[in-house]
Amino acid sequence: MPFALNVNGKTTTVDVPDDTPLLWVLRDVLDLKGTKFGCGVGQCGACTVHLRGRAVRSCQVLVSAAANAPIVTIEGLSADASHPLQKAWQELDVPECGYCQAGQIMSAAALLANNPDVSSSDIDAAMNTNICRCGTYVRIKKGIMRAAQLNKARLAEAAKSKDDAPKKFIPLEKVEVTR
Amino acid sequence: MSPVAMDRRSFLRVSALAGGGMVIAAYMDPVAAFQGRGGQAPLVPNAFITIAPDGIVTIIGKNPEIGQGVKTMLPLIIADELDVDWKDVRIMQGDLDTAKYGGQSAGGSTATPSNWTPMRQVGAGARAQLMAAAAARWNVPVTELTTASGRVNHASSKRSFGYGELATEAAKLPAPDVATLTLKDPKDYKIIGKPLGGVDNPSIVTGKPLYGIDVTRPGMLHATWQRCPVFGGKVGSANIDEIKTLPGVKHVFIVDPAVVGGGPVGGVAIVADSFWAAQKARQALKVTWDEGPTASNSMTEFAKRAVALSKEAPHRTLRADGDVNAGFSGAAKVVEAAYTYPFLNHAPLEPMNATAEFKDGKLDMWIGSQTPASARTAIARALQMQETDINIHMVRMGGGFGRRLYNDYAPEAGYLAKQLGVPVKLVWTREDDMHNDLYRPAGFHFFKGGVDAQGKLVAWRGHFVTFTPQQAPAAPPQPATAAAVGATPPPGATPPPPPAGAAPPAQNTPFSPSANVGATEFLARFVPNFALDLSFMPLGVPTGAHRAPGSNALAFVMQSFTDEMAHAAGKDPLQFRIDLLNVPPIAMTAAPGAAPNAGGGGQQQGFDPARMRGVLEMVRDVSGWAGRTKLPAGTGMGVAFHFSHSGYFAQVARVRVDANKRVRVEKVWSVGDVGRQIINPSNAESQVHSAVIDGLGQLMSLEIGIEGGKAVQGNFQQYPLMRMRQAPPEIEAHWKITDNNPTGLGEPALPPILPTVANAIFAATGQRLRSLPIGKLGYSWM
Repeated sequence: MPFALNVNGKTTTVDVPDDTPLLWVLRDVLDLKGTKFGCGVGQCGACTVHLRGRAVRSCQVLVSAAANAPIVTIEGLSADASHPLQKAWQELDVPECGYCQAGQIMSAAALLANNPDVSSSDIDAAMNTNICRCGTYVRIKKGIMRAAQLNKARLAEAAKSKDDAPKKFIPLEKVEVTR
Repeated sequence: MSPVAMDRRSFLRVSALAGGGMVIAAYMDPVAAFQGRGGQAPLVPNAFITIAPDGIVTIIGKNPEIGQGVKTMLPLIIADELDVDWKDVRIMQGDLDTAKYGGQSAGGSTATPSNWTPMRQVGAGARAQLMAAAAARWNVPVTELTTASGRVNHASSKRSFGYGELATEAAKLPAPDVATLTLKDPKDYKIIGKPLGGVDNPSIVTGKPLYGIDVTRPGMLHATWQRCPVFGGKVGSANIDEIKTLPGVKHVFIVDPAVVGGGPVGGVAIVADSFWAAQKARQALKVTWDEGPTASNSMTEFAKRAVALSKEAPHRTLRADGDVNAGFSGAAKVVEAAYTYPFLNHAPLEPMNATAEFKDGKLDMWIGSQTPASARTAIARALQMQETDINIHMVRMGGGFGRRLYNDYAPEAGYLAKQLGVPVKLVWTREDDMHNDLYRPAGFHFFKGGVDAQGKLVAWRGHFVTFTPQQAPAAPPQPATAAAVGATPPPGATPPPPPAGAAPPAQNTPFSPSANVGATEFLARFVPNFALDLSFMPLGVPTGAHRAPGSNALAFVMQSFTDEMAHAAGKDPLQFRIDLLNVPPIAMTAAPGAAPNAGGGGQQQGFDPARMRGVLEMVRDVSGWAGRTKLPAGTGMGVAFHFSHSGYFAQVARVRVDANKRVRVEKVWSVGDVGRQIINPSNAESQVHSAVIDGLGQLMSLEIGIEGGKAVQGNFQQYPLMRMRQAPPEIEAHWKITDNNPTGLGEPALPPILPTVANAIFAATGQRLRSLPIGKLGYSWM
């Protein structure tokens, strides 16, 4: 069946069975390999993407439920690794094997977009959806705190320039819906 | 395997790069092999770098990257001695080419000890070569030259060349003799010892396709493989004609275990045009299995049998020092306790997968493997091919933990691609991974210990009830040529076992892989009256090396029972351990009474009690151990230590336990002694975090039950890995720097954390934890 998918600001029509999980459309049809398969049952969070601005487990979202809605994957978080989370992750050397980190970053991006002043317990609650088998949790938490800090600096800078200052955490969520 | 590189000779070779520039390789020559072969030992290269005319240095990352940081660590050692800026270094993952790169494997925390010296030599050798070229060009003595940031400088004439400008000339000069090289004084290191981020981090945070599961080939089909849920079983019949008609399905095969040798891999393979189509078809698959003899395996029965065996004479005595019975008779206090731990699944987050393409008699494979050379051997054997016709492309792995030592997924994909003549990607599901592992073996330990009136440990007996292989694995189609895989041999490498159910012979019974213990496993040698006895139960379930194999279980039982003895002695458990290490040890050679060819062990070779005392004293000081008596009720501190993979680790944890047995690990202090240099402090700290959190998951929640010869658990709901809010908020990683060669960090920080926290829970509650996971004893994370 054909479905119009708006992924990272670009709309593509895919022809797949309607019970195909979004994860496998992203990976095998759209060739967006950053979103990972870990468990297939919504337990590990490696497949986390944003759907309508919310973090979801793409292995649990059928393609039919994702059609015509804005989807953002790790590839769409920034064009050049400039998202504060991507910067913080590199600055703090968060990854070990790295396999879960796209999902961790997407969960954290949704958290910060709604809650730029996160506390440690906010992070614990929001990141409970994501497993890191290597156990990088101490640095993931530091990375989210650091990204929040980088974002505040960025907002302050933007306010000074009086330009079209971003109001939200990250301009990323301004996905252009269907053309 | 030699833990350090001191007994090896090294050579350098330099050659010109097409289009200008130079290539330098370091070759290692193990002296033992050299002598053994009358001077005919092969040279084994283990580094490969190029310097291009523009000064960019490309270093091949030769070893498999599983998240341990080796792709960053080995090149940075070279770069520092070469005296180039890290920004001018590019890292390329090498494919499998042992003739070009020498050993390529990830396991046993061996990369650091085996590469520390040769990697520095290759960097220093290249630098010497470039300086010689500059000296010739300027006609000045080389002693007047210095280097910095990829340039050779002549201060008095203010002249300077970039390495790239010298590389082509340098390549024409003879390679320097390694013996003449001066390695940097550590105080001059610019990269070594500084925290450095992983070289793949930019690709990881932007979602670039780095992993095996991300590989795509033109025209590729997707495969799934239903294996017999009972280990070693095979297909009786299956509805494959029906499956062939389902949407997207291209091919369905029934595969006999003997066809793809090396593991429990008989089953039904479904090949479809997408992963999802293959999975949908698999849901409709109906198979009648011929389950075979392993169907009788049950953890409940093993536990009962172990208790019965503990009351009988042991099948074998591995070690006997002094007179253990006399020791107990003379002791002021005697304690007995039984400890158990379960089977474990490795559960790397990237499921097992492999992509294969067969064309014109050649096979290309993209696999994440900790032992890619062994993978090639296994594929060649299974597919009746020559190894020279198989190319292995090495990809980053979403975790290893020992699982990817075994390569059983590789022949599966290779087999399908060769049958079909089109590229095939095989991706295991999480359930496949949990049901078809080579598990960390369960174990049963029965202890008796005695202390004298002064609180000194005078007698210790351990009776370890462990496993021996139940049946011979399916014979491979050709004689095996594979070397042992990792720390333990793969299935198929063990001697013929006893028939199922029969009493094993008393001597030389083989251990199931990683179900072993060594005759020198601590506390052996440090207690005057000491016995280590063994009994065996036949096991059909495959077992294998799991991060810190052996140690990950033995540390828990040994250090927990040591804590019991400290408590019985009325001593401070940390000081009790220091006192124990102050006992002059019995010589490392086998004790009187030890069985010949005792097997196992090796990990305790070279154990230096003074280094262990050093980390214990340091962890005592950094953790504020003396203040533990002033903690609030329900909070306690515990300590443990363990030596493995040449690394000395002692840890202290502070935990809080509430009335409902809910546990919070508030803080962990870890002190490690891995020699004189922490090569990449950022990665070193990561390995400690990782080890601690991995171990805490094992302590609290992780278990693979075996019933009816099958793994009970199938996905993360039943195998709950640690999550962020359960993890300790603070883990301090400290290093005790000692004048010893640097050793590895992938494993040795893990074993002590289990007993450290178990002992802390005892300190907080008075409850001794003798079986894992403690979730089954009613505990949970707060």
